[in-house]
Amino acid sequence: MKTIAFFSFIFVASILNSQEADLNLKKLPSVDLRDLKGKKMNTSTMGFTGPVVISFWATWCSPCKKELNTIHEVYSDWKEETGITLVAVSIDDEKTKNAVSTYVNGKAWEFEVLLDPNGDFKRAMGVNNVPHTFLIDKDGNIVYSHNNYAPGDEEKLFEEIKKLGAK
Amino acid sequence: MPKTIFLFFLLCLSFATFSQDYTNGGTFTGNIESTFQYLNNDSIIAANQPAQKGLINSYMNVFYTNKNFKAGMRIESYLPRIQGYPNRFDGTGIGMRYIGYTNKLVDITLGSFYEQFGAGLSLRAYEDRALGYDNLLDGIRLIVNPYSGVRLKGVYGYQRLSFQQGRIIHGEGIVRGVDAEINFKEAFDSLLSDDWDFGLGASFVSKFQADNDNELILPQNVGAYGGRFNARYKKINLNGEYILKEQDPSNDNSKIYNFGHAAIFNLSYSKKGFGVLLSGKSVDNMSYRSDRTKDLQDVFINFLPALNKTHTYNLVATLYPYATQPLGEVAYQAEVLYSFKKGTLVGGKYGTTVNFNFSTTYRPTQRTSGINPLDSTGVTYRTRPFEMSDSLYWRDININVTKKFNKKLSFIFSYFNINVNNDVAKISNDASGIIKAHIGVVEGSYKINKKHAIRAELQGLFVERKNGQTNDKGDWATILVEYTVSPHWSFGFMNQYNYGHPNPNLRVHYPIITFGYVKEATRFMIYYGRQRAGLFCVGGVCRFVPASNGLTLSFTQSF
Repeated sequence: MKTIAFFSFIFVASILNSQEADLNLKKLPSVDLRDLKGKKMNTSTMGFTGPVVISFWATWCSPCKKELNTIHEVYSDWKEETGITLVAVSIDDEKTKNAVSTYVNGKAWEFEVLLDPNGDFKRAMGVNNVPHTFLIDKDGNIVYSHNNYAPGDEEKLFEEIKKLGAK
Repeated sequence: MPKTIFLFFLLCLSFATFSQDYTNGGTFTGNIESTFQYLNNDSIIAANQPAQKGLINSYMNVFYTNKNFKAGMRIESYLPRIQGYPNRFDGTGIGMRYIGYTNKLVDITLGSFYEQFGAGLSLRAYEDRALGYDNLLDGIRLIVNPYSGVRLKGVYGYQRLSFQQGRIIHGEGIVRGVDAEINFKEAFDSLLSDDWDFGLGASFVSKFQADNDNELILPQNVGAYGGRFNARYKKINLNGEYILKEQDPSNDNSKIYNFGHAAIFNLSYSKKGFGVLLSGKSVDNMSYRSDRTKDLQDVFINFLPALNKTHTYNLVATLYPYATQPLGEVAYQAEVLYSFKKGTLVGGKYGTTVNFNFSTTYRPTQRTSGINPLDSTGVTYRTRPFEMSDSLYWRDININVTKKFNKKLSFIFSYFNINVNNDVAKISNDASGIIKAHIGVVEGSYKINKKHAIRAELQGLFVERKNGQTNDKGDWATILVEYTVSPHWSFGFMNQYNYGHPNPNLRVHYPIITFGYVKEATRFMIYYGRQRAGLFCVGGVCRFVPASNGLTLSFTQSF
């Protein structure tokens, strides 16, 4: 069928294109989100000087919390060494969204926290499931990403961050 | 054919981006997920092999942005759908597609879009692919930002109801809505100090569905409207929303002509090491769908969040979940999180976190005195927001303590006490009245070295006896062991054992082994074993998944 031919062509075209984009680095999609203080922030122009880690998480996601709590313990060292900023994007919807600040402050996290209650940024970033972590260089290009969390993954992430510093 | 035109358009774009300089070529993002099942017969758990033996669900999203232009689509495929997925999904085709234009003033989308007004009590179009939930709107959306801190939205469209023979099937009614919100801090920069934040919003939503009823005169246009606010002073946050719904006789409410309402508020305070949240919700006659004859999770225009914690341990999460009763409930929730400081007696070297959560839901008071439910008004009762009866629907008291003993070893201890009224919020065919369950979980994690780690869970679920009889399926135990090698490999084994089933022949083990490989944004998973029948829930929205026995392969990729 003609339509199917179209499908496959677009499929191939977009795969090819995304690979090209990988070589030439991909920019962040633009979505307006709010932080825990109600301040609006556009994801494409977050305005941090150094590299940024974007970590998608939710209050109901155990591996996400494990990952972020692990990074929390070493975050000040990471910051000092590489100038990294971690942005924890909560995909909690209206059911659990209000518990995000309770958790974040209760755990004394020092990350930037953004709320994505209807999954707009999650969708735009092609996130299938949480946790999903992206590393963005200082020019706003996505240079590394990792799905899932197993203890030790944070060290691989930190190596990737340090590589950016060496550039 | 509009679809072909759209495809052609997207195709042109692909070419255009090839021929351009790459720095101006725009960006593609997206993801793919595919899940394959091969299932066996297993009579003891009532699992059946489907005639096709193999089942497969797949989808791929592609989003394209280039400066002010955006376009995207999702191709879905069900050949046929995997077990437990909504039963009207079949074929391969386009499940979502849009084009749009964005600049500082406007953001316009034609085609499919997801949207939420405020807390979603009046309108929320969203998707959860794992659940098969997708009530996107197909039509047009315009967002205008006329002034800093002010945002206006307008939406017009038909909802996605299902996906058959590779095509979107729309709900019968059309949905229209406008929403306005103002953030005073952004609008009047100098007015508020950093200690304050204040915002207001209002929305109006309306649906039209032709009256095809022979007996009743049904309202064809049904509105839902209301307002919301959010306020913050230093570390105190307060927000709330109230929505009133007009008369909407439907299958859900047995065609009554009552108005409906939904109200919700959240009050929270948090500082370093301590957070507390109090929430309240009142819902009455608030099922709002773009087709008054539909049920289950079909074509809901609005979203009524359940006020309880989303649990993650499998027994408590899947045996006794709770979803909002759209016909009416009054619910409250309290959540406290406290971290004992490092170096204190309780805190130890690494700190200790205690999390307490309480949620409860009751039937609202419905006054019927002086009301003739058979009279021509069609109003069958009166109620007021937050007025509740003593009929319990749900109660959950849970506490968990997270403690790290040293660099390698940490534990989480949890206890849950759940009461769920199975006559109202039906979650089991084997239970009656209020199911009272106690659940205890111990989870331990041990980091063997830089890359190797092992994690184990022990869970026990105990159901209180009712009139000397076992209620529901009785007691359960779960053991789970997971071994991970960062950053690629994971191996797991889980067994759920229904050792307390009243029928000794049905004291069944549900063993399952899992294997996973992750490389950056690519993930392969293999599962083999028995899957218990139960409710699979994401964020308070649930679907029933039948028991199965067999092999599941899944693949996900983001790009």
